[in-house]
Amino acid sequence: MTRICHVLGACAFALFLWQGIVWITGVPSFILPSPLRVAQAAVTNRAIIAENTLVTATEVILGLIIGTVSGATTAIQLASSARLHRLVIPLLVFTQAVPVFALAPILTLWFGYGITSKVVMAVLIIYFPVTSAFYDGLTRVPADVLDMAKTMRGTKRQIMRRIKIPHALPSLGTGLKLAAVYAPIGAVIGEWVGASKGLGYLMLLANGRAKTDLMFASLFTLAIMTLLLHLAVSKATATLGAP
Amino acid sequence: MTQAPAIHVRGTHEVDGVRQFGPLDVRMPAGKWTCILGRSGVGKSTLLRLIAGLTTAGEFDGHITTSDAGTLEGRVTVMAQSDLLLPWLSVLENTVLGARLRGEDPDMKKAQGLLDRVGLSGHLDKRPNALSGGMRQRTALARTLMEDRPIALLDEPFSALDASTRADMQELAAEVLAAKTVLLVTHDPAEAVRLGHQITVLTPDAAQTWPTLHIPPIRDQYAPATVGCQAGLLAHLREMR
Repeated sequence: MTRICHVLGACAFALFLWQGIVWITGVPSFILPSPLRVAQAAVTNRAIIAENTLVTATEVILGLIIGTVSGATTAIQLASSARLHRLVIPLLVFTQAVPVFALAPILTLWFGYGITSKVVMAVLIIYFPVTSAFYDGLTRVPADVLDMAKTMRGTKRQIMRRIKIPHALPSLGTGLKLAAVYAPIGAVIGEWVGASKGLGYLMLLANGRAKTDLMFASLFTLAIMTLLLHLAVSKATATLGAP
Repeated sequence: MTQAPAIHVRGTHEVDGVRQFGPLDVRMPAGKWTCILGRSGVGKSTLLRLIAGLTTAGEFDGHITTSDAGTLEGRVTVMAQSDLLLPWLSVLENTVLGARLRGEDPDMKKAQGLLDRVGLSGHLDKRPNALSGGMRQRTALARTLMEDRPIALLDEPFSALDASTRADMQELAAEVLAAKTVLLVTHDPAEAVRLGHQITVLTPDAAQTWPTLHIPPIRDQYAPATVGCQAGLLAHLREMR
């Protein structure tokens, strides 16, 4: 309860400061609209914001699911085979050296202006953090436990299933929490490059028409969506338990 | 369970080209408790790992054989200082872990019977974090028994327990591991004198056999003869430093 009070207090202070800057400087609303004006724009355009939020949320959630499944599968494969790990890890690190944002135009070219290119973008941006976090957890099982499993003559498959994966679930949870924050970035960048729907598209459209208040309203909607997603993933991963 | 064999270890263990112990010649009698003592770093746990078929920090040049000429693989179970219970599994599921890891259907009735024997029948569904240190080690003991192997290797399994729980656990282990060939690595002369049919003091150069009492284990820790033997063993260990 105290924490909620602190957060609300900080938000109220930030809004007050923002409103104060607008009043004192007299900055035009197309440069920096007041919080009140942004709130008005949000209410007036609620239907269009909701419609575009739904599109972005769909892209993000699909990206999160596909990215998590593919990242987790890769981590399990890498943890199962030292040879595969030696071959694939340098490749994975190299792909991280390529800015994912730079790929957005190519992805739009390959997958079109629809939802697919944005989902692929979100998948690409979260794939590495999920793989890396889960792989770390899978390979950090205490040596004593693995020795015990060896003396029990456990099979590789069962050791992975019954010891390594449960042990690594909290690490996967950490990766997922990061992914929940990164995935919207991927989707929005995809929308900026080429889209006809989504919050990124709406922000670009509002900006082009000097509707800065609508742009801010879209931006806050995106931030709230990301926070809610992070909160949901945090709640879900809390049940994964800690070893 | 097959008949417990005697174990014979001969050889030298080197770490990065530096001899840790050996040439060594240790015999562990069949169906008896052999307690290994020695200063830290002399290689007691290494010896245990070699018998268990686990990797060590160095290279072993020698032979480990059994009295029945059979292989050690699949006939050894290990109990460590840490209970190694998996925190996400219940007491019962931790007990049957070996069968699960081999992809077999575990014998739940047998596991329940063993847990009853170690006094945990009322705690089958509890997670390890809900248990005391002694209860956790009893679960680890039940898991060791569940493997039903003729050779049990114990690496200081009672050292983290309080004195009274340790005494209880020693009695319980001696009872339930009877007829197995047991190797107990310990730092505690009292524990060795209380439990050992044979006491071996490991040094970098050799494995010395310390004379045990004629009374069979488990020995009364307060009997004058036991106390005298402990004192003699402790004095010998101190002289080695």
